[in-house]
Amino acid sequence: MITTSGLTKVYESRGRQVTALDGVDLHVREGEVFGVIGQSGAGKSSLIRCVNLLERPTSGTVTVDGVDLTALAGKGRRAGKDLRRARSSIGMVFQHFNLLSSRTVKDNIELPLEILGVSGAERSRRALELLDLVGLADKAKSYPGQLSGGQKQRVGIARALAGEPKVLLSDEATSALDPETTRSILQLLRDLNQQLGLTVLLITHEMDVVKTICDSAALMQKGRIVESGTVSELLATPGSQLAAELFPVSGAHTGPDRTVVDVTFHGDAATQPVISQLSRTYNIDISILGAAMDTVGGRQIGRMRIELPGRYEDNVVPVGFLREQGLQVEVVEETLTEETVVQDAATLLVKEGAK
Amino acid sequence: MTWSEMQPLLEQGTVDTLYMVLWATVVTVLGGLPLGILLVLTDKGGLLQNLPVNKVVGAIVNIGRSLPFIILLIALIPFTTLVVGTFIGPTAMIVPLAIGAIPFFARLVETSVREVDHGLVEAVQAMGGGIPTIVRKVLLPQALPSLISGVTTTVIVLIGYSAMAGAVGGEGLGSKAVTYGYQRFDTTFMLVTVVVLVLIVTVVQLIGDGVVRLLARRGRTA
Repeated sequence: MITTSGLTKVYESRGRQVTALDGVDLHVREGEVFGVIGQSGAGKSSLIRCVNLLERPTSGTVTVDGVDLTALAGKGRRAGKDLRRARSSIGMVFQHFNLLSSRTVKDNIELPLEILGVSGAERSRRALELLDLVGLADKAKSYPGQLSGGQKQRVGIARALAGEPKVLLSDEATSALDPETTRSILQLLRDLNQQLGLTVLLITHEMDVVKTICDSAALMQKGRIVESGTVSELLATPGSQLAAELFPVSGAHTGPDRTVVDVTFHGDAATQPVISQLSRTYNIDISILGAAMDTVGGRQIGRMRIELPGRYEDNVVPVGFLREQGLQVEVVEETLTEETVVQDAATLLVKEGAK
Repeated sequence: MTWSEMQPLLEQGTVDTLYMVLWATVVTVLGGLPLGILLVLTDKGGLLQNLPVNKVVGAIVNIGRSLPFIILLIALIPFTTLVVGTFIGPTAMIVPLAIGAIPFFARLVETSVREVDHGLVEAVQAMGGGIPTIVRKVLLPQALPSLISGVTTTVIVLIGYSAMAGAVGGEGLGSKAVTYGYQRFDTTFMLVTVVVLVLIVTVVQLIGDGVVRLLARRGRTA
């Protein structure tokens, strides 16, 4: 639905060049919720703004719903008629809502329809319908200044949907909201994604957002996508930073001659009593060092760090048993330092982003 | 001078002043508003970025603003005669008044429009809105309270200018104050004229503030 290839954006400021996007290839499938996560300055914002060409990429192409937007844009700074028409079928919601304080809620939602040249009666009908859809039917005549942050974002979403877009871009839509409101907005986005088959591309610095609604995710660092895939693919990728961040597990070896493994459960395996089976089948004692369980995109997913007695050489068979059960198993080296460093770096990254 | 002698003079003066100021305001808004918007749009990073145009318009506005009004008034006599057919009387005065106030108002418009949150412009761009849409549906409505304040200030400046114009063949309260108060040493009349001018300015300011307050209330809890 959305494809970028070799997307590059270089800003020039006082003779200095800053590369915000460094050859980004992104592919968002129709009907999925795709999250791009990264710390501030990683280029996520430039990326989403390049998708509807609010920002002109320096090179590379953007295709949305089969239309090459970069070709429509032409050379000039101003957006031509074709690009403007293409934009009107891409909804966008913003971190700071960007509602017109001089217009009522209903008139804000009608604005994109005015631009599309829809007649007054039809505009009014659509706006009320959309207000109902986002649960603000009673706020039609209010002004944005009279609404709470969550309500404003609901209006923002209704406005973005007015042109009946197939794609919704969300630029840190929940970053200015408290956790509870964030959850309700994410729920709304999820519902819209499912009810309307809307494809959603969102950028965020909050891992929770990815966890709550994303089918797929990409991690951005220094203008590049360093990891990308569906959430289950990522969890199945050994050494994935995103997976480690989505399900952080910790715990060090309690002594020498012990094997520590990280086990990732998803799908059917999550509901099987594998640990007790392992314990009974091989008659070994297993200690659990750390664990995290959650529902991602409606599926039960978990990670667990367990410790088995004996060196790895002694545990080849039990580890093989776990793999046979369809679990993803990663052996944690005794020299934990390196792994810890990577995980800490990832944690730090997301924490910094949250600020 | 007795009150019954003063009264017709004051009435005629007030009518002439209001006539000059009102029409000069209309012309000033019609001329200054597009000019101010042009200054914002053509500026660096603006939607119609065009630095040569921006610099030229900016320079003209600056020259217009730094010229003392009394000099402008005299310098414009040939132009006024060309447009109105005479350079004397309230109608003729509308020309120099408006030309004097346009650059001033254009700068006020520029400041007001620049203050509109760029995020709103971006939101409308993302909806597929072009520059005319952005100007009509975002910049002007969002800047409206601030623009009204600007108009109020401009009207008051024009009242001041119109009094000055009275000294150079215009009509109005200024002219009456000069003829009767200053040249005939009638201090009482002079004072009464000043009081009337103060009253007019106060009323204009009150009306302007009232409209701004009315507009601003929309954004807050009613």
